[in-house]
Amino acid sequence: MAAHSSSGTIAAKRLGSGNLVHAFLLWREAGIIIVAVVLGLYFWIVNANFISNDNLQTLSQFIAAWVIIGCGEIMLLICGEIDLSVGNLYAMAPFLMNFAYQAGLPLPLAIVAALMVCAAIGFVNGFISVRLEVPSFVTTLGMLFILNGLTLTISRGFPVTTPGSPIFAAVMGAWGYSEILWALAVVLLMHIVLRHTRWGLHTIALGGNTVGASEAGINVDRLRIGNFMLTSVLGGFTGIIEAFRIGSTDPLAGGTTVMFLAVASGVIGGTSLAGGSGTILGGFVGALVLGILQDGFTLQGINAFTFDMIIGGAILVAMISNVRLAKLRGAGGRK
Amino acid sequence: MSAPPAEALRAESIVKRFGSITALNGVSLTLAPGEMLGILGDNGAGKSTLIKIITGYHQQTAGKLFVRGQEVALRSVDHARELGIECVYQDLALINSLSIYHNMFLNREPLLRGPFRLLNHREMRRRAREALDDIGVDIRSVDEEVARLSGGQRQAVAVARAVYSNAKILLLDEPLAAMGAREAGLIIDLIERLRKRGDISLIMIAHNYAQVLEICDRVMMMQHGEVTFTGRAKETPVPELLDIVRREYRLRREREAAGNS
Repeated sequence: MAAHSSSGTIAAKRLGSGNLVHAFLLWREAGIIIVAVVLGLYFWIVNANFISNDNLQTLSQFIAAWVIIGCGEIMLLICGEIDLSVGNLYAMAPFLMNFAYQAGLPLPLAIVAALMVCAAIGFVNGFISVRLEVPSFVTTLGMLFILNGLTLTISRGFPVTTPGSPIFAAVMGAWGYSEILWALAVVLLMHIVLRHTRWGLHTIALGGNTVGASEAGINVDRLRIGNFMLTSVLGGFTGIIEAFRIGSTDPLAGGTTVMFLAVASGVIGGTSLAGGSGTILGGFVGALVLGILQDGFTLQGINAFTFDMIIGGAILVAMISNVRLAKLRGAGGRK
Repeated sequence: MSAPPAEALRAESIVKRFGSITALNGVSLTLAPGEMLGILGDNGAGKSTLIKIITGYHQQTAGKLFVRGQEVALRSVDHARELGIECVYQDLALINSLSIYHNMFLNREPLLRGPFRLLNHREMRRRAREALDDIGVDIRSVDEEVARLSGGQRQAVAVARAVYSNAKILLLDEPLAAMGAREAGLIIDLIERLRKRGDISLIMIAHNYAQVLEICDRVMMMQHGEVTFTGRAKETPVPELLDIVRREYRLRREREAAGNS
């Protein structure tokens, strides 16, 4: 008890004598939250339509996909891995669901079946990267092409209409805000997994010090493969809810664009590419920032070419400030 | 139950081969309860291999291990841990990006009751604080990231983790390596406090002869996978140890010269 109160007073003293601004900057997600708020206010001021119901719906649909896939990529980035193929699994999953449905499975079970195939593909990614020791960048680059070819083959290059009753479709993604609700549910779940379960804690541990984690008895291979499977399932799930929102599935949907935006969301949100640390909430705000930029500039009538340059610049600016903030945090503690 | 065994650990003629390389060639040692044994030797002398056999990381090619008088065939690190054998490795196995308390409980985290198996952060914080206070480690907050600690503090956290997990036999692999005088002093104090408790036997690997002779009860010299000297630390002068090392080198050089001609 005595120990408890003494550490409490030390913490209180530090807060009192230091300053709140410093404490806020030490908080990992601080920088990106400020950026999101400033951008949101800016676009609201220059165009009142920014907060109209229609626009918020569009914005939420933009970011939902990046957010959900981002949650998986963040777990992999923390492991020091990446999955480049997840955007192509996003394209393939609705076709898998369709096949299972046409084969006679009820739609919810068809979704489960499609996600199980996704998990299996994630396992292959993980197995090749972890057990056969091929860098995941290369493994998943190969998988990217395989999945793309496979999707075009099984679909014969034609889009298909998404099956299911209107109510089921609305729950899955057709209603304006259902996708973002799925995304928020995934964020909440994955935040808890990362911060409050052994799975998350051990993922951070193995990303920070693989040898140390295994000396502590953690099964690092199982965790890494598991996170590949998780990412694939989330990618497949995103593809499926997008199919319900749009009402049909295009074999050329998704791909590297959605994958890179998901990775960018995570990285802008403060997850390090070097592994060992990361934040799900930051990834969500990172996706929000990218979404606000895209949506805001579209409202202002800026053309797509200019927009790409702005996004690229935004990623670089965010990364530079992240590195600076990380340095500040590191220096802040060493006295 | 029965009377306490006269020895905490005994190794008999341990041999370890990796392919054609013989890392350990018949190494024996005994460790009394509460005793501290220092193992000296150059790189490649087999110290680390010996440690890894005692901690269950490697399995010996031949020879026997006894823990508290019972012969054991250690299957794994976890198995050795169940018998109270803990090791603080040179790399400390700490995770920089995690807090002190997360590191203290890595892979032994207490969980909240309920179906979701969530981590009990509050319990970890409380028990980490207790464990550090218990062995007299002065740390500001258990929430601090390990990355921000000094070398000595990191070593102390690693030792506290091993002790807290109920170590009966604690192995320290180069605990004073790459440490300044003040930091080394911190760790030596900590080791002294552990010894005063009397319920832990220690084995320390080190390079620095003077330090080992000062802290340990007994000292053992290893060279090329064999034990070339054991004695009480107080009765062993540094020059004698240096002599053994020099003699060994001379012998080796002569042998090599003979082999070449």
